[in-house]
Amino acid sequence: MKEPQGTSGLIFNEPLLWEKGKEGRIGFSMPRRDVVPSPVDEGLAGDGPDFPDLSEVDVVRHYTRLSQWNFGVDTGMYPLGSCTMKYNPKINERQAALPGFADAHPLLPAELSQGALELMWHLERYLAEITGMDAVTLQPAAGAHGELTGMLIVHAYHTGRGSRRSKILVPDTAHGTNPASAALCGFSSVAVRSDERGIIPPEAVAAVMDEDTAGIMITNPNTLGLFEENIREIADIVHAKGGLVYGDGANMNAVMGIVQMGKIGFDVMHLNLHKTFSTPHGGGGPGSGPVCVKDFLAPLLPVPRVVHSEEGYRLSEAFPESIGRLHAFHGNFGVLLKAFCYIMSMGGGGLKRASQLAVLNANYIKENLEETLYLPYKRPCMHECVFSDKLQETEKITTLDMAKRLMDYGFHPPTIYFPLVVHGAMMIEPTETESKEDIDRFIEAIRAIATEARDNPDLLREAPARPKVRRLDETAAARKPCLTG
Amino acid sequence: MRYLPHTEEEIASMLRVVGTEDLDGLFSPVPPDCKMGTALDLPDALTEWELGAFMNGLAATMATSPAYKIFMGGGSYEHYIPESVSYLLGRSEFSTAYTPYQPEISQGTLQAIYEYQTLTARLLGMEVANASMYDGASALAEALLMAIRITKRKRVALSPLIHPHYRAVVRTYLGPGGHELVELPSLENGRTDISGLAGMDDLAAVAIQSPNFFGCIENLKAAGEAIHEAGALFIASFTEPLAYGLFKNPGCQGADIVCGEGQSLGIPRSFGGPGLGMFTCRMKHVRNMPGRLVGKTADRDGRAGFVLTLATREQHIRREKANSNICTNNSLCALASAMYLASVGGTGIRDLASLNYDKTEYLKRGLRGVGCTVPFDSSTFNEFVVEFPKGFKDTYSRLLEKRIVAGIILGNWYPELPNHSLLCVTETTTKEDMDELIREVGS
Amino acid sequence: MKEIEELFLPDDVHYAESHEWARDEEETVVVGVNDYAQDQLGDIVFVELPEIGDTFEKGEEFGTLESVKAVSEIYMPVAGKIVATNEALSEEPELVNQEPYNSGWMIEIEPDDPDEINTLMTSSEYMEMLKGAE
Repeated sequence: MKEPQGTSGLIFNEPLLWEKGKEGRIGFSMPRRDVVPSPVDEGLAGDGPDFPDLSEVDVVRHYTRLSQWNFGVDTGMYPLGSCTMKYNPKINERQAALPGFADAHPLLPAELSQGALELMWHLERYLAEITGMDAVTLQPAAGAHGELTGMLIVHAYHTGRGSRRSKILVPDTAHGTNPASAALCGFSSVAVRSDERGIIPPEAVAAVMDEDTAGIMITNPNTLGLFEENIREIADIVHAKGGLVYGDGANMNAVMGIVQMGKIGFDVMHLNLHKTFSTPHGGGGPGSGPVCVKDFLAPLLPVPRVVHSEEGYRLSEAFPESIGRLHAFHGNFGVLLKAFCYIMSMGGGGLKRASQLAVLNANYIKENLEETLYLPYKRPCMHECVFSDKLQETEKITTLDMAKRLMDYGFHPPTIYFPLVVHGAMMIEPTETESKEDIDRFIEAIRAIATEARDNPDLLREAPARPKVRRLDETAAARKPCLTG
Repeated sequence: MRYLPHTEEEIASMLRVVGTEDLDGLFSPVPPDCKMGTALDLPDALTEWELGAFMNGLAATMATSPAYKIFMGGGSYEHYIPESVSYLLGRSEFSTAYTPYQPEISQGTLQAIYEYQTLTARLLGMEVANASMYDGASALAEALLMAIRITKRKRVALSPLIHPHYRAVVRTYLGPGGHELVELPSLENGRTDISGLAGMDDLAAVAIQSPNFFGCIENLKAAGEAIHEAGALFIASFTEPLAYGLFKNPGCQGADIVCGEGQSLGIPRSFGGPGLGMFTCRMKHVRNMPGRLVGKTADRDGRAGFVLTLATREQHIRREKANSNICTNNSLCALASAMYLASVGGTGIRDLASLNYDKTEYLKRGLRGVGCTVPFDSSTFNEFVVEFPKGFKDTYSRLLEKRIVAGIILGNWYPELPNHSLLCVTETTTKEDMDELIREVGS
Repeated sequence: MKEIEELFLPDDVHYAESHEWARDEEETVVVGVNDYAQDQLGDIVFVELPEIGDTFEKGEEFGTLESVKAVSEIYMPVAGKIVATNEALSEEPELVNQEPYNSGWMIEIEPDDPDEINTLMTSSEYMEMLKGAE
């Protein structure tokens, strides 16, 4: 490619909503009034909120312009490690918008909602098959919500056996949601160090595992993009002392159809549908975090659960050992539906191929960049690889500087400064939906930036130069927060 | 497969670079005893066209309007969503973007969420709103945990007229911490009985929903006074925020935290999710608040811009000491609600809320006229409890055969209301629909 | 970030291993964080301090320092009761960066044991410790 991908584009300045409009305008078709007004208790009546009045055109232009300031997967490559920014299929959006689903009330009698219940039933079974686990809840509304659900299940399991365990083992590579979710259940986290190969050695687990430890939370593949090769031995150590193994399935995109999570020792795990199963990230959600368990934990799953008999499908709360309810209704059905459509569109062979190509793409990037960026773990990776800014230290150029400069080249930066075990980490996850030429362009851009770091470092320190705004003053935003207008 | 761009040739050339013979070889680090022995047992992949047909089949079994007249609320409400909002939400720059951790190329999401925070704070009469929680239920649970953190007390009190599912979620969240949940009694007029609060001085917070599960507007001002007398924080919850287009918002009545469900504001019901957990508090408590926050700042050239801020409260920095474990929230739904409120506007929301109220009052009068009892005489918004005359179950079933879903049966949650239903009316309910219901009930 | 030689480590205060400084003011001990701490953390955006009257052991966490991307706990260099806190830091947390030993002070303690402050390190001992940790 002759020209770099990033340019400036046609971007408009756009004021805040309340800086626009005129009193009396409206962007909504007020429904016909076919009843007489009724009096309202004066003591309870309010003045209504101070909102602007905007026309439909005002609103459409406003948000159209705002959207043009955003970079999405549809704009270009978004190699955020552990986020799995794969392509979001449009056909799934259309299915979610079908009135039969979009307009369905969650408390409809079962006989009037068989389609939705059947979808949930099938999705549970497909996710069980993909993970090799036995029973599934679709209720958690995000990955962290799934982690909380999992921790509550672990807590309930031990309480049910009359055992009050207070600790959870958490690897040093764990995502912040892991210890945070454990803390919500009253567990204190005990750190387990990864070794020089980037994985957890069984001895480290054996050294801290005891009868006061409820279990271990382990991400596999881990956040360094490496398969936890000792997982079965680690699981045995934890199980031997009566603990449970919780699997953080955020990196499932590396192993669909290849690794059977049920075999490797997981007792309970969560999935991120907005990662592995292609549902859109939405600028920060909504997601969905189903939890899959082995049979012996199934009675603890949240209620309600979908049950099936000759009369059809219905929701049941008749599970006395359940940890209870975690969502106002049944979970993010609109998101579940899209994941279901994705699985139906890919089939088992397609999902396996997706994982294989995701791992191929990541290894291809690793091979091509290991002279350009410092590679702390010089081994085959899974679906993501972690570099650092060590080679750029002499020029005092940081991972942050390189990330900001990537924007000028037309790419979203990778995940930076995570995992914490690598100083100045840069975690790259291309996903399988990136083509070879897009990946080649990304590799070229990183090489060009590394050269600039040597020859013209100010370009990086001043980056990004092309988007709507330059680097923002985050210190001022935190010292004097201005959170509403 | 259209989502997998690699050709066989490209795969071969990439494998050569990587130094592996085939795709299976990429997985050599995986021990053999971790690998699947067989292929995934899933249905064969469907084409786009087959998928459409399959999903149409499932959708056709679902009862929705106009084929059915569904008078159900209970935390999920039918409101008109302007086509312009659905269209704008479809812009993939919004939907396929990630969390705006790289603000320079996420200003669209960031300004939109800043605007959402502002509109939410104004709607609820509060000083600061976060970028959303999962739903009204988890928002309430997090609000109680926040109050427990702030006051360092372990006991909370809940109104029994908070949505039963919300109370269930609260029990799940507060269980492990050994926190005590006290349930307040209710009054005959369908409101919460706060008289008992005078004796309680060890409460972290008291939570009251308004409009409550029975649709009744609570006396929030009196509740706020009593709660603050007891030294606790006042948490106001809601499931129908449109009510605040007509009724006084909780913020101006002394609430310390106001949280609830925003689905009514431009988000389809979608069989219960995704919804929108709206969450607001006083500025003095902001560092204890869970969830993401967008703040206004300037870039190095002095241009106004927006960033995620006060992130040290959150899990990715604070880990086990974070205010919450929340990471992904419901950003796109928050965006939908902002677009909706922008479209309806300040003048429009008053008219729309009034229309909702007037239609509901019409149905109430009509049903009373054919012999139904409306047991709670407090003011209501969009929902009210009704007792059908002569045999509840038969009436309900007979209406169902006529494709009328006469509300939500209350007996399972409130055994003292065995023949009662919770009916819901919104601007989408026509006079003809209501007349038909009245006629059928009365016959 | 500064090199160790560039750090400002005055002689009129004592130093703790966790990078706090303590100044002996006869009846009381004034405490803050040193130049190394403020340099490592970067721009301070928020300081969380204890209440007057709170008591802590030596080495116990008494507050936190926040930058944009990190939180650091701060620990008591000596045991004692809090008799004053620097209220200016709530409006101007940047004082910790600008004048860590003067206007950026954090708490004043009534020490349980007036001699305990002498168990802390001198400026040169602290610098040796930093060099050793490299």
